Amino acid sequence: MKIEISEKSVRNEIARTVEWVSGQNLFACYQCGNCTAGCPVSFAMDLGPHQVIRYTLLGLVSEVLASNTPWICASCLQCTSRCPKGLDIARIMEALRTVVLRKKERLDHISIVDLTDDLIDRTPQIAFISGFRKFLS
Amino acid sequence: MDYLYFPGCTLYTKAKNLDVAARECAKIVGFELRELPNWTCCGATFPLAIDNLMALLPPSRILATAMEAGGNLTTLCSVCFNVLRRTSYLLESDLEKREKIFDFIEMEYRDGLRVPHYLEILRDEVGFETVKAKVKRDLKGLRVAPYYGCLLLRPFDEMRFDDKENPTILERFVESIGCEPVDFPYKIECCGSFQSVSAPEVAIECGYAILKSALKNGAEVMVSTCPLCQFNLDTKQREIREEYPEFQGIPVLYFSQLMGLSFDLPMEILDFQRNDVDPLPFLERKGLL
Repeated sequence: MKIEISEKSVRNEIARTVEWVSGQNLFACYQCGNCTAGCPVSFAMDLGPHQVIRYTLLGLVSEVLASNTPWICASCLQCTSRCPKGLDIARIMEALRTVVLRKKERLDHISIVDLTDDLIDRTPQIAFISGFRKFLS
Repeated sequence: MDYLYFPGCTLYTKAKNLDVAARECAKIVGFELRELPNWTCCGATFPLAIDNLMALLPPSRILATAMEAGGNLTTLCSVCFNVLRRTSYLLESDLEKREKIFDFIEMEYRDGLRVPHYLEILRDEVGFETVKAKVKRDLKGLRVAPYYGCLLLRPFDEMRFDDKENPTILERFVESIGCEPVDFPYKIECCGSFQSVSAPEVAIECGYAILKSALKNGAEVMVSTCPLCQFNLDTKQREIREEYPEFQGIPVLYFSQLMGLSFDLPMEILDFQRNDVDPLPFLERKGLL
């Protein structure tokens, strides 16, 4: 994949929004991969958390926004707790979700109508409340 | 010792077995739980977007209500505990946000409210020695895997609950009621959390890894502190077994139920019917009932 790097692509709009919403400096990341290695759900992600940060800085916006990574993240903060540079990666994931969810058109990532009666009956309400807050517009 | 108690929505319904046993045990070890008046849902997630003040309103209102009622606020559910503790940290450290929030909800906030978890009260105020002195049923030899999950511990700087990589409070609790704690590497791993609603196949993998690790290290039962962990680790064992037929299963109890069992509380208070994997047949076989 050929990537052209320019000031414009590196300081792209998504990177700036993510930095603003997360309060984190993406440039602090030196790609050690500790976040991805310790992540309990990285097996299901198409990009590891460290790759998401790199892609964002390289201006690969459509790849980042198409990845399932922020939607698989369970906000368990293992990455945040282990980042040697002190980055709060869980906040970066939340910021990426926010970029998508705050668009004008609704971009829900849970389909409420598809939840089965059995699931609704068995699931504690905190799972629904936190899930809906993370994944619904 | 007197504490205001925030039960949270789940402990009133699906997780009654966490709530009722804990209230009874508190009386036995000598502290009062006074239910917080007019409490609402805490929001069940601490907002990670720094510009999302709206999600901080419910926990801020709960904390201010506790101040009005005059007392320190305790809770049992790890999710509520995480949200309330982090909000209280934020309100004490970010005065600009605090002013905005309290201008909006039109309440007063003063420094100095403590938000201890029930387990911290046992460790720091009551003392595990006192817990030990109240034990009536001998559970000697029961091998218990203490499962912490994420929300009790992280982020470490704000929660200050226990060591961030190797907490021991649950091990000390388990020892105090006469059981044998089992160390296993997945004790602080995530159970899959709310992914059980959006990506259930991911949560099943998380739950399976944790339970398998506990079994491999010789655990006979697991204790949890959180209704969401309990759901992913206990209720979901049905789905885990469908995916992994060789998985033998393990009872998962709330820590308050195990404490109640050691205090010889009646079965209707321990309420094991609410646990998906019934621990009674195993406890009987082991000669502990």
